[in-house]
Amino acid sequence: MNVFCGIDLGSTTTKAVLLDERGDILGRGITNSRSNYFLAAEIARDEAFIGARFTLIDRELSRLSEGDKQSSGFRKRLLTQFRKQQLLSQLHLLRDKSIEEAATDRYRDIGHALNQKLIHIFETMEEGIRRPRLNAGKKSDFFRDQASSEYSRLAESVAEESIPFELLMSIFDKVIILVENQRMDLTFEGNIRTALGACIDGDNAGLADSYAQAVARAAAIPLTELRAIGTGYGRQRLPFPKEMIRSEILCHGLGANISFPGTATVLDIGGQDTKAIQVDARGIVTSFQMNDRCAAGCGRYLGYIADEMNLGVHELGPMAMNSTRHVKINSTCTVFAGAELRDRLTMGQRREDILAGLHRAIILRAMALLARSGGVSNEFTFTGGVANNQAAVAALRKLVSENYGDRKLNISPDSIYTGALGAAHFALRAESESRTESASPMSSSVGGSP
Amino acid sequence: MSHDTIKDQSMLKQKEMIAGHFSKLATAKESGRKVVYTFVPGNLTELLLSFDLLPVYPEINALQSGMRKKSGAYVTEAEKYGHSEDVCAYVKSDIGMLKSGNIGPTGEKLPPPDLLLLSYTGCFTFMKWFELLKREYDCPVVMLHVPYQGDGTMTPDMRKYVVDQIKGELIPKLEQLSGKTYDEDRLKEYLRRSARAEDDLVWVLESARHRPSPIDGYFGGVYYIGPIFTAFRGTEDAIDYYRLLRAEVKDRIEKGLGPVTPEGHMGSEKYRLVVEGPPNWTHFNEFWKMFYDEGAVVVASTYTRVGGVYDLGFRHDPERPLETLADYCGGCYTNLNLPSRIDLLCKYVTEYQADGLLINSIKSCNSFSAGQLMMMREVEKRTGKPAGFVETDLVDPRYFSAANIKNRLESYLQMIEQKRKGGTTCSASLGDGVRRLEVLP
Repeated sequence: MNVFCGIDLGSTTTKAVLLDERGDILGRGITNSRSNYFLAAEIARDEAFIGARFTLIDRELSRLSEGDKQSSGFRKRLLTQFRKQQLLSQLHLLRDKSIEEAATDRYRDIGHALNQKLIHIFETMEEGIRRPRLNAGKKSDFFRDQASSEYSRLAESVAEESIPFELLMSIFDKVIILVENQRMDLTFEGNIRTALGACIDGDNAGLADSYAQAVARAAAIPLTELRAIGTGYGRQRLPFPKEMIRSEILCHGLGANISFPGTATVLDIGGQDTKAIQVDARGIVTSFQMNDRCAAGCGRYLGYIADEMNLGVHELGPMAMNSTRHVKINSTCTVFAGAELRDRLTMGQRREDILAGLHRAIILRAMALLARSGGVSNEFTFTGGVANNQAAVAALRKLVSENYGDRKLNISPDSIYTGALGAAHFALRAESESRTESASPMSSSVGGSP
Repeated sequence: MSHDTIKDQSMLKQKEMIAGHFSKLATAKESGRKVVYTFVPGNLTELLLSFDLLPVYPEINALQSGMRKKSGAYVTEAEKYGHSEDVCAYVKSDIGMLKSGNIGPTGEKLPPPDLLLLSYTGCFTFMKWFELLKREYDCPVVMLHVPYQGDGTMTPDMRKYVVDQIKGELIPKLEQLSGKTYDEDRLKEYLRRSARAEDDLVWVLESARHRPSPIDGYFGGVYYIGPIFTAFRGTEDAIDYYRLLRAEVKDRIEKGLGPVTPEGHMGSEKYRLVVEGPPNWTHFNEFWKMFYDEGAVVVASTYTRVGGVYDLGFRHDPERPLETLADYCGGCYTNLNLPSRIDLLCKYVTEYQADGLLINSIKSCNSFSAGQLMMMREVEKRTGKPAGFVETDLVDPRYFSAANIKNRLESYLQMIEQKRKGGTTCSASLGDGVRRLEVLP
């Protein structure tokens, strides 16, 4: 099976999308960008291939006659077991590196006691992974975040005067970087067998056998990546051939248009930039504007405000939705907004109202960019991390309606993959173009007459 | 190679001319020459030269400071004196240079002005700039009020209005300053020489209509306009320079060569652009590289018309000496109204067969930047060619965000590529160069 890959190297996260030849999404992957874009791209891509294998497993399972319900239960267990295997591999590496670090000269006075504490922490963490989880409400998909919150909780409980919490955390901080930057086998091929073994125990033998065969059939389908296209801020840092790189503006435009074919205007608010893009009916960018000189009003602004308020970023939107009074925040400068926030809090204004004002301030800035790019046409698609924030969406909806009238606003829960999706479609298009070209040899019109 | 020898000739010639001029300035006091500070747009160089006065162009000094990486320190120096971050960076670089000893671009000290001559009032900042210099130097100022081409033309009344000021205010002041009487025959000689050099300049600028273009009409263009827009218009040196340049460009056309960049001959021409707005000077070569690395050549730019839109037909006319000077004052690019500027941009896009319009919007230059977004939309609409927008500053290095600009420029070029292909696909040259993404095995 031929596949096409799009990779979006963002400042915060790296995403990959895999398409089949019909343009259907086979798999997606995401990881934190770390300081190593190269590795981040590989990991995101591996994840997308894993996603693709699970899609193929779904296709195989759906062909079984035993009925969807049971096989979907199996599929869910298989994925859980697979993730567990991945987590364990990473955890073991983290454990080994930590124990190695604790054995260095630096800790020679407390070496043994430190070793014992680390072993305890990692045993408890491993138990936590192996035990079937009841509360699935995990905060993040990334190993770093998951391990960090669990490790620090345990470190706090075992810390004492001679081995304080800070010391334990400093080992973690050092070692997690090593773990993140070390390539390990988290692939489908490397982990599926164990995962399969662990989750067909409970099924009756005949069923288990047909599931295992379905998985084997899915695993045997060769996946040939014909083309990959890279985009995003990190794209220059990878040795992609030049023809294999697209700007993220083009990719977001096309990705939004693929997700919502009626899209004419795209707003993308990411971590460090805001883009207002106009596309034609085929998803081709006709005009765009981006913030520059200053990243005020981007996603990081909300991150900063969340820190100032001691909240998680995901809590800001819901809290702002409880606003009852209109508070006008003038500053979209992140630093000034922090000052304004503290000032208003001391004046006794409610957090909910201030937050609603801050969300409005971000959207006002985006409105200015939209105006510069040519306005808001129907349909209007909102992408980027901030599109998941309901208060930002509410402010945008209101301001767009006030300024441009009724517009259909599209937001996909998977909007974070928009750039990678566009890149993957560029890969697909490039392939069909080269086939057309080789079928009817025509001189390429690069630099040719308009 | 003979080509390189010829290339060197015009560059060496210009270098020599500049060095000669600054050394005259450095010894002006000893030689008893009087010095007039004036600005490039609408400058009256021929008239000044006919009185044996030496012109100094503060914005040229500022851009030179930018290219020599000195403007950053000058700008912050000026800010110490209370100039806001939003003040024109040329002004601050000039004030900072003055406060740091007034050492000019060639390393020699610049003489103080004996007169400040403002012959273009379309830029409000120019007036404020000379108010500041007047306070520093305590010297006389002549300010010609030059009407804006609000209706798109220089009417006979407008021309007369400027001529009357030249006659009634400026010439008497220059006579007084130089101790010489106004010699119209001498002025005519200068104007005659100007027109000859102007013909060759236009030929050079219009050579960009060729495919591939033998010149870059923006980054290369700023070197070509140097002599004509400053102290050398009307001199034999300028005539020689443009004759040399024209021969070099002709040679490049015959050999089918593209522009010469700081890194040698440009590779194949992939994009032809029209650029509106001044360049950034602090990162000039870095900015240029972003273009030629992508195979983008600028075939026409409005910045190379700031000292006169010669390609619309204007030439200094010795038969109407004062009228022609008045027309020149009122005819510089930023004195044109927005509809005229749009017409000119559309003309360039069409006649130079450009792929689109790119605007480099300058943070601290209102003369250029006001109205640019509207102009951009209008040019897009009329020509059907995509427009792009980047933002930098003249000589304040703090406002050049390389990653951001590169990102926009690349996006813009890819957008052109996509449009060219009619939208079905967008790859640049996926024929033979196709490789798998081998970094991701």
